[in-house]
Amino acid sequence: MKKTLFDKIWDAHVVESIPAGPDILYIDKHLIHEVTSPQAFNELKERGISILRPKQIVATADHNTPTENQHLPIKDLLSRKQLRQLTKNCEDNNITLYGLGHPYNGIVHVMAPELGITQPGMTLVCGDSHTSTHGAFGTIAFGIGTSQVAQVFASQCLLVDKPKKLRVNVNGKLQNGVLPKDVILYIICKLGTNSGNGYFCEYAGNIFEEMTMEGRMTVCNMSIEMGARGGLIAPDETTFSYMEGKEFAPKGEDFEKIKRYWKTLKTEEGAKFDQEYYLDASDIEPMITYGTNPGMGIKLSDPIPISTGKSDEKALEYMGFKEGESLIDKPINYIFIGSCTNSRIEDFRTAASYIKGKQKAANVNALIVPGSRQVAEQIKAEGLQLIFEEAGFSLRQPGCSACLAMNDDKIPAGEYCVSTSNRNFEGRQGQGSRTLLASPLTAAATAIAGKIINFTQILN
Amino acid sequence: MEKFISLTDTAVPLEIENIDTDQIIPARFLKATDKEGFGENLFQDWRFDKAGNLNYEFNLNNKKFKGSILVAGNNFGCGSSREHAAWALKAYGFKVIVSSYFADIFKGNSLNNGLLPLQVSPEFLKKIFTAINTVPSEKLHVDLENQRVKIVSTGASEKFEIDPYKKNCMIKGYDDIDFLVSRKEAIQKFEEKTFQF
Repeated sequence: MKKTLFDKIWDAHVVESIPAGPDILYIDKHLIHEVTSPQAFNELKERGISILRPKQIVATADHNTPTENQHLPIKDLLSRKQLRQLTKNCEDNNITLYGLGHPYNGIVHVMAPELGITQPGMTLVCGDSHTSTHGAFGTIAFGIGTSQVAQVFASQCLLVDKPKKLRVNVNGKLQNGVLPKDVILYIICKLGTNSGNGYFCEYAGNIFEEMTMEGRMTVCNMSIEMGARGGLIAPDETTFSYMEGKEFAPKGEDFEKIKRYWKTLKTEEGAKFDQEYYLDASDIEPMITYGTNPGMGIKLSDPIPISTGKSDEKALEYMGFKEGESLIDKPINYIFIGSCTNSRIEDFRTAASYIKGKQKAANVNALIVPGSRQVAEQIKAEGLQLIFEEAGFSLRQPGCSACLAMNDDKIPAGEYCVSTSNRNFEGRQGQGSRTLLASPLTAAATAIAGKIINFTQILN
Repeated sequence: MEKFISLTDTAVPLEIENIDTDQIIPARFLKATDKEGFGENLFQDWRFDKAGNLNYEFNLNNKKFKGSILVAGNNFGCGSSREHAAWALKAYGFKVIVSSYFADIFKGNSLNNGLLPLQVSPEFLKKIFTAINTVPSEKLHVDLENQRVKIVSTGASEKFEIDPYKKNCMIKGYDDIDFLVSRKEAIQKFEEKTFQF
């Protein structure tokens, strides 16, 4: 039987299949952070089990970290305790930690790819649902719960049922001003927030082939928002040249050897998917969400659709919007460019190219949070820092920040935030906050105008 | 892990679709380093208003409804992978969650904590909601052994699916760590014969 990219990687990692039960899947790389790991370390300690393969684990601090004064002790005592616990757990168990202040520190889904820790053909897990990001490399990557973190600690394996296979094809030509974020928001809105339930999704078509690795990561990152366990894109020359020279990628002869293997990682012609969709790229416009799940999105120029039930009504009530109205000209007081979805150098270059020579509107608080120390350094090196500062944007230190508001970066109750993050759930960016998901370009344009505008008219 | 075999109890209805784990347990409560105390923060921003007063319109605070079964709208537990959501539901006192679909990671997390995610058809879910909304003291009978859920007064019932391996774990109170550690030899053999990153 013809194999898909997903089949090839999965099948190569099955240690055993339990009859009428799950597979024992071998995990190559395990990423951990401060929030979902402490209870797993405790679990092993209580059972007297040691960590089987500490060398295959990499830790970072990201969810809870402040984005100002990272050199000072953390003010929030609970956050400080949780980060100290991570440091201790890593020391006690011989695990590499890129903690706060380390040049490699950053959001787990930004720092691991940029260091070459993520590689094509791997299985990779992390106690975070946006682990799907790493699928951009042709990697089976998915989020897990804390019990599963403990399972991987104990056995370097997981007991999992093989998901069904889905392929989303997007072909054609993208319009000016449409970014990878718009592509994935369009897919989720078009297919629905439940459309990926039970599936692992492969993205195919010229749109993804022509994307940079940063763009592919943005797309795969949000696979979970349509309910898919993960998303992946076949590795190609774009992937290989991204990998070459990365800190932890194989070098020289070894690189050439592994590249030959990576080149085999693609879906065979005629391989069967359980579900397949074909979308036309030219129909995609800059997207924005109006509701409380990422599937509740529209083209910037479209009106909010008519509600179809209680859940829709509840969402609109929370957001303070009415069915049938347009979002254009809505005043916005907060924008956030950051999160594991859109905090890579390309995102900031795009935002800066729009912002350059302009000023943010007086009513707007504009927060720029790089995904990693390396991205932060690059922002400086490329002169983007100056552009942001001159325009009145607040450039912070790296972390998850206002995506989930575990630190001080919160959006006040009732306020709207045009955000490049991945979730517009009630209260996600702070109690009572109202999130509108969009691309870095849409967020930048909103910051300058002080309201939502159809910036494509300016671009064109 | 606590065993689960069967249960007959009243239920709390939450007729909302796509309830995400940020609602079940908001991110600001994820700073703990142990599993204690999450129950009191379950659905915090729905249970309490901005001033910190109980919101009596929310069914968990509605005196009409009680019990260890939560019945929720489609796609329960979507969003973040935080297992704190399952811990919070369990600590609050729920033993079974009924919905017409559970998000994958949440489902796994629940099963790993002895909290049964019971998936029924959309039609049967509607029947359950109607039954509880009409008579809040209505009981549900959950029989994991025979994989059946029944509305006690009407006798209407439906068979539900569960992975046989996971069912056995729930009934016997086993968890995956015990099993995986027992397969250590096979895992090491796999490492020896397979290409390593």
